[in-house]
Amino acid sequence: MEKVYVVGGGATKIDEHWDLSLRDLMVQASERAINDAGIEKRDIEAIYVGNMSSGPLQGQEHLGSLISTWLGIPGVSAYKVEAACASGGVALHSAFTSVASGLYDCVLVVGVEKMSDAITSDLTSALIMADDQEYVAFTGASFVGLNALVYRAYMERYHVKQEDIALFAVHDHKYGVNNPYAQFRKEIKLETILSSPLVADPIRLFECAPVGDGAAALILCNEKKVRTLKHGSLIELAGSAVATDALSINYREDILTLKATRVAFEKALKMARIERKDVDLIEVHDAFTILGVIHLEDLGYARKGEGWRLVKEGEIEIDGKIPTNTMGGLKARGHPVGATGIYQVLEVLMQLRGEAGKNQVSEAEIGLAQNVGGLGGTVTVNLLRKVR
Amino acid sequence: MSVKVRSVPRVWRERKIKYRLIGGKCPNCGKSFYPYRDNCPYCGFKGAKEVELPREGKVITYTVIRAPPADFTQYAPYPIALVELKDGTRVIAQLTDVNIEDIRTGMSVEAVFRKYREQGEDGIIEYGMKFRPLLKS
Amino acid sequence: MKTNNEVGIAGYGAYVPLYRIRDEEIARVWGRERSRVPIIEKSVPGMDEDSLTMAVEAGLNALRRAEIEANRIGVVFVGSESPPYAVKPSATVIAEALGIGPKIVAVDMEFACRAGTTAMQSVIGMVSSGMIEAGMAIGTDTAQGRPSDELEYTAAAGAAAFILIRKSKKTLAFFEGSYSYVTDTPDFWRREGERFPHHAFRFTGKPAYFRHIYEASKGLMEELGLKPSDFDHVVFHQPNVKFPLEMAKMLGFDKEQIELGLLSGEIGNTYAAASLIGFANVLDHAKPGERILVASFGSGAGSDAFSVVVQAAIEERRELAPKVRDYVMRKINVDYSIYSRFRENIKMR
Repeated sequence: MEKVYVVGGGATKIDEHWDLSLRDLMVQASERAINDAGIEKRDIEAIYVGNMSSGPLQGQEHLGSLISTWLGIPGVSAYKVEAACASGGVALHSAFTSVASGLYDCVLVVGVEKMSDAITSDLTSALIMADDQEYVAFTGASFVGLNALVYRAYMERYHVKQEDIALFAVHDHKYGVNNPYAQFRKEIKLETILSSPLVADPIRLFECAPVGDGAAALILCNEKKVRTLKHGSLIELAGSAVATDALSINYREDILTLKATRVAFEKALKMARIERKDVDLIEVHDAFTILGVIHLEDLGYARKGEGWRLVKEGEIEIDGKIPTNTMGGLKARGHPVGATGIYQVLEVLMQLRGEAGKNQVSEAEIGLAQNVGGLGGTVTVNLLRKVR
Repeated sequence: MSVKVRSVPRVWRERKIKYRLIGGKCPNCGKSFYPYRDNCPYCGFKGAKEVELPREGKVITYTVIRAPPADFTQYAPYPIALVELKDGTRVIAQLTDVNIEDIRTGMSVEAVFRKYREQGEDGIIEYGMKFRPLLKS
Repeated sequence: MKTNNEVGIAGYGAYVPLYRIRDEEIARVWGRERSRVPIIEKSVPGMDEDSLTMAVEAGLNALRRAEIEANRIGVVFVGSESPPYAVKPSATVIAEALGIGPKIVAVDMEFACRAGTTAMQSVIGMVSSGMIEAGMAIGTDTAQGRPSDELEYTAAAGAAAFILIRKSKKTLAFFEGSYSYVTDTPDFWRREGERFPHHAFRFTGKPAYFRHIYEASKGLMEELGLKPSDFDHVVFHQPNVKFPLEMAKMLGFDKEQIELGLLSGEIGNTYAAASLIGFANVLDHAKPGERILVASFGSGAGSDAFSVVVQAAIEERRELAPKVRDYVMRKINVDYSIYSRFRENIKMR
């Protein structure tokens, strides 16, 4: 396999962009990434588009051809890659494989989602497509509801209070303040979270990642192309892995463990030839506070039932044992679902380049992004290593 | 855009499984699962047998949907639970005939045939199994 | 009418929904004196129930008592005036939900509150003739009560199902005979496309309810050479409590005979299920050898009357499924606003 480098990144701010369409967002993020990389549009040989619900929410499929048309580079290989909320991460994985295989020298991957045009019930219908349409969506379950099942079971099994799990959102908002792309850039108090309306008991509104529009893009290149770019810093995509687990939680032996996280994480570590202790920062997929806690456990940073302690004891702060969600995570930075996986990697990129400003993790050299589709039906782990 | 997932043929295709809680039992690894299909989701063995799953079980965990998907909006709030049937098979289903505040993890429940949704006021009606507290305890 | 081959009941079952609304509460909303209500409370179907779902549970209970494989049932006739579809029979869905078919005769029948017993008449014929081995007759309704109308105080919901086979030691009870009396009497009707039925007030009494039940019951007793004292129990269609009590007096039955089969005070008028649920309650308690008269009434108008004798097999098999009282005792009261929501009486468009 060839080495793959992330040579550019760009994104739109995440917001309810009433004035920007799906294609506007994709193009904006892509052009920023292209500029950041210092390449020409025509250097791009392939485009991978990560997106979950352009069909149901915008009536638009065929995003590959759409973006090559709207960027003005028709002819290149381009197509949509989908894995629910892990679409960004898997699109990146596809992009990675295409360069690592030696097939392409330079590719663009862009994750995009436009959610705010839809009314809540329609959005809820679109998001439950991440689970089983015929037997789970059929029951009227919402995606929040399925996570609420896990949340309650977690509190009951490990005797953990909701207020300790909800802290994850407080953490995210603290770091969202200094992220120029973030949807929310204000801190939030625990009391505010705990008194926000119930969406699906026990999950409260402010424990959920917000609905927003956004796109984030990365440029991946091989060694040959990198040598023509004359960049100061160089960041390698050293590990990229995807794993699946049962689509719905009723098949799982333990509903409080996302097995695919462990599988993908181990694959990525092995590929990068490093160990867990070598990782300096992590971006985890906290679509809901409970997931943030569970991911810390499944990634092995805490024992089952103890993930919330890392949050409470400050171990996930930028100067803690395992800096986590250093730019606001899904809760504060935002979660335009198909784009999230790319936003996460972009944030790791910023950290490794030393461009994280007030959120900078000192001497960060290795960081990873864990991106989840559905309730763990897919997990991708993309791991970046600073070369120089 | 409105996101209404409505299909008449699909209701017809799935009716036996949903009306009678038909699952699969794998002769290879012995596990049961819902819904039935011939590939065992656990060991991949092709040849699972159709079984009418037991209609009694208990609530493993539950939630209350307050922000429902389209076509369910008039019913909210309603409870959804992960139910473990007497043979260990787990299903996700709505609970019914119960006040939300009376739902408890571990409570015994039984399957009942109920309406889940309508494909609009003039569309067909989709029925399936929900679970209620035992009629006779 | 007698049959060439005697027909019996292999299994029976009933269903009443969980919710109730007190008549006092309805009176409160419409400004009527609380004392001027016909019954205490009536059953209210939940938002996820309709006449079809209730029939499935009643049918399941009947199958449990019958101890007959579903695939041996050859006919499903469903009597209702409130089916969820105007066109598309409930019978097909009910049959599949119970594992019955596809080699079956199935149809929905309408004859107001008599449709369930008319279904039963038809199944008796098919079983007796040998066309089928076993058949299911169902009466089920989620009655539509027009807000503020007199009938809102009693229009309720319930279902009952009966599985019939040739009489044998295994049957729980058997039919000695039946009698039907039908005339064109427009006491209560609902035009196509209308949500709620209309009734002709006092005209629904003597020329309708009383006349038809009287003629059918008298006709039956005459044909069979029986008198009221030959019966241990009598069940009439029960739109309220007053009418069946009066009917009993008219025909010469006393209060003890009608008690077990009269539930309308507690659950309201379950329309096509009414006399059948009353009948099921009698079967839940009756002793072998007892004789029961069941006479329904359906507006439009007509009455089916049956003479049934209980057999020994009932003592064990009636325990195999929930009894009528199990459903009657299980209740949650709702107020008029929740009732209106459940009955979709609140305009949302």
